[in-house]
Amino acid sequence: MTATAVDDHTTSADPAAAEDGKGPVTDAPLIYFSSVSDNTHRFVTKLGVRAARMPLLTKEPTLQATRPYVLVLPTYGGITGKGAVPRQVVKFLNNEQNRSLLKGVIGAGNTNFGETYCLAADIIAAKCHVPVLYRFEVMGTSEDVDRVTKGLEEFWT
Amino acid sequence: MSEKLKLVDQVQAINWNRIQDDKDVDVWNRLVNNFWLPEKVPLSNDVQSWATLTPEEQTLTMRVFTGLTLLDTVQATVGAVSLIPDAVTPHEEAVLTNIAFMESVHAKSYSSIFSTLASTKEIDEAFRWSTENVNLQKKANIVTDYYRGDDPLKRKVASTLLESFLFYSGFYLPMYWSSRAKLTNTADLVRLIIRDEAVHGYYIGYKFQRGLESATPERRQELKDYTFELLFELYENEVQYTHDLYDSVGLAEDVKKFLHYNANKALMNLGYEAMFPSSVTDVNPAILSALSPNADENHDFFSGSGSSYVIGKAVNTEDEDWDF
Repeated sequence: MTATAVDDHTTSADPAAAEDGKGPVTDAPLIYFSSVSDNTHRFVTKLGVRAARMPLLTKEPTLQATRPYVLVLPTYGGITGKGAVPRQVVKFLNNEQNRSLLKGVIGAGNTNFGETYCLAADIIAAKCHVPVLYRFEVMGTSEDVDRVTKGLEEFWT
Repeated sequence: MSEKLKLVDQVQAINWNRIQDDKDVDVWNRLVNNFWLPEKVPLSNDVQSWATLTPEEQTLTMRVFTGLTLLDTVQATVGAVSLIPDAVTPHEEAVLTNIAFMESVHAKSYSSIFSTLASTKEIDEAFRWSTENVNLQKKANIVTDYYRGDDPLKRKVASTLLESFLFYSGFYLPMYWSSRAKLTNTADLVRLIIRDEAVHGYYIGYKFQRGLESATPERRQELKDYTFELLFELYENEVQYTHDLYDSVGLAEDVKKFLHYNANKALMNLGYEAMFPSSVTDVNPAILSALSPNADENHDFFSGSGSSYVIGKAVNTEDEDWDF
């Protein structure tokens, strides 16, 4: 598998730290991953809902969800779709409780990536049998923010 | 080039085992994995389709591609290279050399399309048009002038606007042909270029934002004002250029929506809010779908318009990574 460079770097630095558990516990209804580019982070911030950000590095202990939540994540990787789901998110979902509390996915991406636009959201939706709720590009427009804010309110009622 | 290009002051051996910014490695790997050459695309399968275009449509297509060739040439020989002395890490320098090379590959790709589809006379005429079109020359000159300026962050803004905005008056056309099942192999090649430009715009925009982190509030405001001024200047010229090209086939208004949509993404790559409202960014769904089959409205679960609960698409799941 073609890991992203970030992960090559961090896992080689500390391979033993890759086990799950003992991470920060969160009861946020929205959990997300955003790389140092902060694009997804900016989008989530604009939603005005309580949200928890996954650690940037795979070697850090991942989050523990304690209530049903929606996941927001960008897509990594290239044409083949390999490595589309950020490793940090794979680690998070390998935790059974985190997986069972997942209710929906929102994908961030760029249509310029063609068939792999928001592919990571598709992959997780298929594997965890939850819906893809929405897709947005880069850090989202104000219309995306409005639609997701409203959509999430209705989704939880 | 008329004047001497500034070079990096001091060079040290690049150590890929000591990384200051993980994004450099991430983007390097992405670019290397995405590497391609035009010879891999069976362009000759488009010869029959080309013959079904009217003479006007053929002329338009040739002009669009010479325009794109000019921009790629600017980006390869001036743009990406001019960013190298400003690089903060040695790995950023290496990524920029990769970007510069791929821009040369892109520029050469259009020549592959030309030689497959058109006669030498038609090719020469299209290149002559590109040197004589005022708006095309102006767009190249505006960007080139900023590259030669003395402000590293302004160079990054100009570069991101070129990568993420200025190409799209041209990229529209192969997507349009593809949506009508014409020149589909050419469209496949252009999609590879679009994908590369997306990584370039993302990366240079990201480096711009890193550069802003240490800037004073006044300097940040100056750069924001500058970005929007430059975008407006380029946008006005781009509208003229779009009319020059597309009025003959009645597509100019449709192209402009695509320009607005991409201008918004260019701004977002630089960390700024989208500027054009959704009322003018409603890109023709056929064009969006030619760009990305995933982009249609049916994927908006909230609106209740689609069947997104069922994911029919086969995806690579990398089972070795998952515990379930």
